[in-house]
Amino acid sequence: MPPKAPRGATRTGRRLRKTGGLLLSLLLTLLGLLLVTFIIGRVMPIDPVMKVVGERASPAQIEAARVAMGLDKPLIVQFFNYMGDVLRGDFGRSISTGHPVAEDLRRVFPATLELASLGTLIGVFVGIPLGVIAAANRGGWIDQVARVVALVGYSVPIFWLGLMGLLVFYGILGWVGGPGRQDIIYDGMVTTHTGLLLIDTLIAGDWGAFRDAFSHIILPASLLGYFSLAYISRMTRSFMLEQLSAEYITTARVKGLSESKVIWRHAFGNILVPLITVIALSFGSLLEGSVLTEIIFSWPGIGSYITKTLLAGDMNAVLGGTIVVGTCFVALNLLSDILYRVMDPRAQ
Amino acid sequence: MSFLKPSARAVLFATAVAFAPAAFAATPADTLVVAATIDDIISLDPGQSFEFSGNDVDQNLYDRLVDFDPLDLEKGFQPSLAESWEVSEDGKTITFTMREGVKFHSGNPVRAEDAAWSLQRAVKLDKSPVFILTQFGLTADNVEEMVKADGNKLSITMDKPYAESFVLNCLTANVGSIVDKELAMQHVEGDDLANTWLTTNDAGSGPFTLGAWKPNEAVQFIAFEDYWGGAPKLKRVIVKNVAESSSQRLQLEQGDIDVARNLSPTDVDAVAANDKLKIQDELRGRMVYMGMSQKDPILSNPAVIQAMHHLIDFEGMGNSFLKGQWRIHQNFLPEGYLGASDDNSWKFDVEAAKKILADAGVTSGTITTKIRDLPEYINIAQTLQAAMAEAGLTLNIEQMTGAQVLDAYRARQVPIFIGEWGPDYSDPQTNASAFALNPDNAAEKGSTIAWRNSYAVPQEMQDKVNAALLEPDSDKRKQMYIEIQKEFHDTAPIMPLFQRVEQVGMQKGVKDWSGGGSVAWVMYKQVSKGE
Repeated sequence: MPPKAPRGATRTGRRLRKTGGLLLSLLLTLLGLLLVTFIIGRVMPIDPVMKVVGERASPAQIEAARVAMGLDKPLIVQFFNYMGDVLRGDFGRSISTGHPVAEDLRRVFPATLELASLGTLIGVFVGIPLGVIAAANRGGWIDQVARVVALVGYSVPIFWLGLMGLLVFYGILGWVGGPGRQDIIYDGMVTTHTGLLLIDTLIAGDWGAFRDAFSHIILPASLLGYFSLAYISRMTRSFMLEQLSAEYITTARVKGLSESKVIWRHAFGNILVPLITVIALSFGSLLEGSVLTEIIFSWPGIGSYITKTLLAGDMNAVLGGTIVVGTCFVALNLLSDILYRVMDPRAQ
Repeated sequence: MSFLKPSARAVLFATAVAFAPAAFAATPADTLVVAATIDDIISLDPGQSFEFSGNDVDQNLYDRLVDFDPLDLEKGFQPSLAESWEVSEDGKTITFTMREGVKFHSGNPVRAEDAAWSLQRAVKLDKSPVFILTQFGLTADNVEEMVKADGNKLSITMDKPYAESFVLNCLTANVGSIVDKELAMQHVEGDDLANTWLTTNDAGSGPFTLGAWKPNEAVQFIAFEDYWGGAPKLKRVIVKNVAESSSQRLQLEQGDIDVARNLSPTDVDAVAANDKLKIQDELRGRMVYMGMSQKDPILSNPAVIQAMHHLIDFEGMGNSFLKGQWRIHQNFLPEGYLGASDDNSWKFDVEAAKKILADAGVTSGTITTKIRDLPEYINIAQTLQAAMAEAGLTLNIEQMTGAQVLDAYRARQVPIFIGEWGPDYSDPQTNASAFALNPDNAAEKGSTIAWRNSYAVPQEMQDKVNAALLEPDSDKRKQMYIEIQKEFHDTAPIMPLFQRVEQVGMQKGVKDWSGGGSVAWVMYKQVSKGE
């Protein structure tokens, strides 16, 4: 139950308080997520100490490493120590890369962000028109094509599709760059500002490096974009069908508005709000890092980072990665919520 | 929708760029690009690094007192930062004379003091590879007494007169790398002996300096032009982390990489058939072996062990799913080691196994194996299962992750273990101590393979292993290992089965590639690229 607003409170004030409450609940969500991740990491039957000390370690060495890593303390103490460090901006050191976790994340997250953003763009700019047109021509050939596209997107293993893509576009046709983010001749040639190679190369004005970065990212991004558009086009289609059967559409048609106006101006305007949530969800799932795509394309992203460190029992790295991905999800949620309020007249 | 317009333009433009065929550069002529799986590196500190890929890196950043010649591994250890050495009358002290005029990458001179400090530091640091040095009786408390620098001489004093070959072989290991003391001392944090800094930085004198290490991504080496042994043939070496065999093969075919180190048998065949590429086979030190726990009521019967030796289809596996990548090898010293034996006389013979079991009155029994869920282990286990069934024994196969198998194995809870073992340094002692030493079979905790299989190694065999360590004459020492292996081969409940062959794919023009054979790590300084 929200507290009753004092008399004279403006609408803006109410909205702010609502947003504040939302923020608080999101923070609690994040904290819960961390706690669960921490517990899972600690109950997993993987002993990070053995990874650090190696096969030939003496019992004394094993014990010393356990103490040095703070694993001899009770779980809850470990968790609060960790949270205290994080609040001081210290994410600790990764045992599986030897680097500070913050530094690792600064390297792997932009790689994923770049890939996910491009993938989502492809998903949005192909998926939405496809979904709208499929709905408008229900049962027509475009609808059938859209159905097949979505079905393939849902059912074909990404691993196979990725390898086939590499084989055809890189191996046979030579249209795109191979695995990795850039060719080695460009590696380290451009100063890092954002960690997003497409943007960094443009800032540097290095046209060759930009082309190279683009030729490397386009295939994995198209692959992720394909899976994203399969989802977005299906959702768009069903939202649209719902609108097109509504009374106000019939009214508009009777008034003699052109079909394209009816579809794009009236119906599409009304499905924008739920679509934003769909896009945010799709973007969020790509931000987790698509592990298989990252492996096939040797893409050093956050998905393979978290997977690899989790299997090593490397909790500092896993929790650091979880904070980043969790924060993205929370931020996307917040954003779609705010947009929802701004755009949906019913929420006013 | 007006917001579509600029973005739509961007998409159209991007599409246009994407489908303009990209211009591909072959790798630059002065650069070697290697694809490998390098996500196991956890530290570049030679006092700590103990993983394959980490050792591969350090081998090229650092020098040791003695090193292998990549073009002639069979010569064994050669003078490196030490140009000569002599053993004292009582055999307990080895004194090295340091090479003059050698510089670290920092420009600091390499002195006996650096060498002494490096070895002392490794012992005090007490990380994974420390046991290689503490075998000579060095401890954190006595190491400053036992390892001393005097002018350009470095002396190492030991608790026993160990064989010269044993000590020097151990000093070729990564943990014997000589670190730039002055540089490292500037980066000490608390009592970490510069471990944190050295984890990600280089303080060596080796043929290459560290350009960059991006974990799970790439390691970049830059040639050290002032290297005492002459500048490397190539200016740069880049090792890219490529996990997938088919990705490695594609990049090799496209000319984007020069060397691929993790090709599957299928991809090896494709590379071999390509006239621009070649495959180089290199025998490595890793082995696949089978351990049969003596805690198991059935396996503790020596007759069953004898029968099991006849139930391994060496030829069948070696010619099918292990083809090319593993070679039959039935002794605990890998080929390439001092005293390695090539006695592969166990043959697949179900009838012989049946007879042995019948004579011993064993008519049935169920034994469990816990194996890592990887295709080659599963295939080996299933092949064994079929052979055992023919002889009236049931093999129960439990698959689990590598970490789970190891945990169970460490706790002596694996009746039949099928897995790999890689030597830790280039001396026969590394495997002799693992396979044929078990000083206290009743102990709560042990680390040798013999202990993990509850194999009470005959005292006489253990005495021989310990005596071989003190045998100054290398020929005699070699003979001792051959004798030990003979007895082990014929009777032990632990069977080495196969030795690793690394099939490296490369461009035709790559010359003098060396992965370090069975005794060392990869070396890049001699590698060149022709047309």
